[in-house]
Amino acid sequence: MSASTKKATELNPGRRNFLRVSAAAAGGLLVSLWLDFPVTAQEGGPPNPTQRTYPPDAFVHIRPDGKIVIQVNRLEFGQGVQTALPMILADELDADWSQVVAELAPADDVYKDPMFGIQMVGGSGSIAHSFQQYRELGAKTRAMLVATAAGRWKVTPDQCRTELSVVYGPGGKSTRYSELARDAARKDVPASVRLKDPSQFRLVGKRVRRLDSGAKCNGSLKFGLDLDLPGMKVAVVAHPPVFGARVKSVDDKAAREVEGVREVFEIPLAKGTGVAIVADKFWPAKQARDRLKIEWDFSGVERADSSQLREQYKQTARKAGMSAVARGEAKAIDSVNARNLIVAEYEFPYLPHAPMEPLNTTIRFEGDKAEAWAGSQFQTFDQMAIAEVLGLKPDKVTFHTEMAGGGFGRRAVTDSHVQREAAVIAKRLRGTPVKLVWTREDDIRGGYYRPLHVHRVEVGIGADGMPSAWRHVIVGQSLLAGTPFAMMMKDGVDNSSVEGVSDTHYNLPNFNVSVHHPTVNVPVLWWRSVGHTHTGYVMETLIDELAARGKMDPIAYRRKLLKPEAKKLHSALELLDTRSAAWRRSLPRGHAVGIACHESFGTGVACAVDVSIKDKRPRIHRATVAVDCGLAVNPLSIESQFQAGMAFGLSQLMAHGAVTLKDGIVEQRNFDGYVPPYIGDAPVVVDVHIVPSTEAPTGCGEPPVPVISPAVVNALSKLTGKRYRTLPLVTV
Amino acid sequence: MATYQLNVNGQRKEVTVDPSTPLLWVLREDLKMTGTKYGCGVSACGACTVHVAGVATRSCVVPISLIGERPVVTIEAIGEDPIGRAVQNAWVEKDVVQCGYCQSGQIMSAVALLKHTPKPTDTNIEESMGGNLCRCATYVRIREAIKSAAEQSK
Repeated sequence: MSASTKKATELNPGRRNFLRVSAAAAGGLLVSLWLDFPVTAQEGGPPNPTQRTYPPDAFVHIRPDGKIVIQVNRLEFGQGVQTALPMILADELDADWSQVVAELAPADDVYKDPMFGIQMVGGSGSIAHSFQQYRELGAKTRAMLVATAAGRWKVTPDQCRTELSVVYGPGGKSTRYSELARDAARKDVPASVRLKDPSQFRLVGKRVRRLDSGAKCNGSLKFGLDLDLPGMKVAVVAHPPVFGARVKSVDDKAAREVEGVREVFEIPLAKGTGVAIVADKFWPAKQARDRLKIEWDFSGVERADSSQLREQYKQTARKAGMSAVARGEAKAIDSVNARNLIVAEYEFPYLPHAPMEPLNTTIRFEGDKAEAWAGSQFQTFDQMAIAEVLGLKPDKVTFHTEMAGGGFGRRAVTDSHVQREAAVIAKRLRGTPVKLVWTREDDIRGGYYRPLHVHRVEVGIGADGMPSAWRHVIVGQSLLAGTPFAMMMKDGVDNSSVEGVSDTHYNLPNFNVSVHHPTVNVPVLWWRSVGHTHTGYVMETLIDELAARGKMDPIAYRRKLLKPEAKKLHSALELLDTRSAAWRRSLPRGHAVGIACHESFGTGVACAVDVSIKDKRPRIHRATVAVDCGLAVNPLSIESQFQAGMAFGLSQLMAHGAVTLKDGIVEQRNFDGYVPPYIGDAPVVVDVHIVPSTEAPTGCGEPPVPVISPAVVNALSKLTGKRYRTLPLVTV
Repeated sequence: MATYQLNVNGQRKEVTVDPSTPLLWVLREDLKMTGTKYGCGVSACGACTVHVAGVATRSCVVPISLIGERPVVTIEAIGEDPIGRAVQNAWVEKDVVQCGYCQSGQIMSAVALLKHTPKPTDTNIEESMGGNLCRCATYVRIREAIKSAAEQSK
């Protein structure tokens, strides 16, 4: 954000729900949203939960050189929002797309998610929540430019039209936005404005390439880890081998002898304590850490064992937990004849996110203020945490959002533990900027995993082959308990553990879902698609098993069992059926097709995969996926999210796709122990088909993930006759 | 500490570092060329891939003391090579990147592949690119872009 915005002249201080403008010091027009809530005209959208007033700040800057700089109120870490949100604004603005520049906005109230009330990326909400907001910003800016031109020409705005950053008036008059910007900045912001009819969109709905590709292909794009400031030091931390253990004693003599090491000191962590090393560069810091001799105090620290947890959870799952859904006769399942009963026990491991760019944060503390740089999904929390550690008010911490190398949930941490570590170190180094780097080992062993889960499901099958009763018990640590989101829990039930089952669109009579939330000394965190990572797998493998038992077509069975109101799943399955029919009919020998569908975050997804077995592993030759995500803002980006997101979803099928703990210690250290999918593990071809829609757009970051794993094992089941209920998939 | 004369992207560079320092960190911290990425430090992800004497090399595990006179080429200069340029263009054309963090390494591996195998098969691609992790898993488009670059470079 340019300093000029801080000097913004407030033109209409008493009015709410209006855009705010200012003549930028550098010239040009700055527009920002000042409203309680972008008038979310999306039908059926949730109501505004809080009536907040946003402080002023800018979203659009039309520069004298014609460049239009658009602030993106989200982290970009692969999902494409840094291109999609500017597209939405630029479309309503009739901006020349070739002149659009996108910037990631710093932490500020005005950039908070209109629904969630904090600045964040999560719940696949970036487009869903800011579509209307960015349209209005574009349309209002355009209206001000048109009014300015009309005033100059003494015509009415109706007599003007706009295209490619130019206003055209009667009699062949025309003028560029950049020539109008200074005067437009003095205009009142219209209270309301007519938005385009979707048929008038010039960018939205088109396959638009990413704005950040070039810089990501020539090495010039700077991620958080690439930051280099004058005089900057690099820090690493020796974390305890067991979560919550404390330093009993440390021999740092050898560490201090490494040339370039500046400081070695003990620091508090979110759990336990550790030893920080500050050096001139990364390599000496890492070498020094390797030379530390630390004796740890494990007293009072629970030492989790993932094998034991699996067994305990399986026992726990035999009893009903806290009720999430109770529909029909609870006892109906008990009277089902054994021949018509499926009892299925599923196990899911702890999963690390392991984003490609290791976690990092840079902070410079200057006594009465600080500056921070981080690729953060939760800017609001991270800024507050840094401020708290430094004893400052949050607005004294300038928080820059850095482009991040992946995240998958790992940068959305409510306790901001990485930022707190960095702040503790920066506080000690007052005046010197310091970059904290988590090594890959810190990341894999550092906790905050998708929780280990067990599901126990009993399904009664009626004479028609459809489910007659369904009892479902889930055991897993709560993601929300103990966080600022705990208030979202109802009667002890964390919806993020049961979503995907409790809200299933299948018509399941006598349906009972309950959950146990054990407390375990392993930090847990949402992993891309959250509960759906495991619930989608359970539902879609069981439904497939039911279809197979009834000798029914898996697509037809699903459509029969889905409620009619599950429109997005019906439309996705219908499109999938059409688009995959040809290849499904002509499979080579030794291949099988697997089907799955799942709705998450409001997006319906159905997929079919062509699978064979090679070296006791699934070989995925092809995937066809159909998506109903409402209006498709950038079909090219949606295609990309689905092609890659499905392959990401295979993380939990990998033979070494798990984190395990023994005696409290994580057994994997790096990508040689926890092995995510590489190119040979991914589908060779993925064709993506989008259901045409004018409904409000829904997310596409998380919904690709849940469907692929069940689809693949459903195909494997056809080939081997086995059912795959324990992950990771060690062998076929 | 020792002083090394390096040939990086056709330029002479001098650095004074500990001999054990991996090439990766010399590039990133001493030469301020941050296009080459740290992902794992154990040669398991390929984000740090550069060319050393024309061979795709994991710079995170090669100590600077072993580089000697051999020319090092990084992502910052690969576009000066016709195949490098074709690969970068194909990457943009196919909209391959998502988070983009691994893509320097992917591109360096792809260029090395195409230099040896101008018309790679799917198997060639899987073998040569098999050590380059993309957590976003943009593999379908990586495959397409390599094939497209191969067409362009004919």
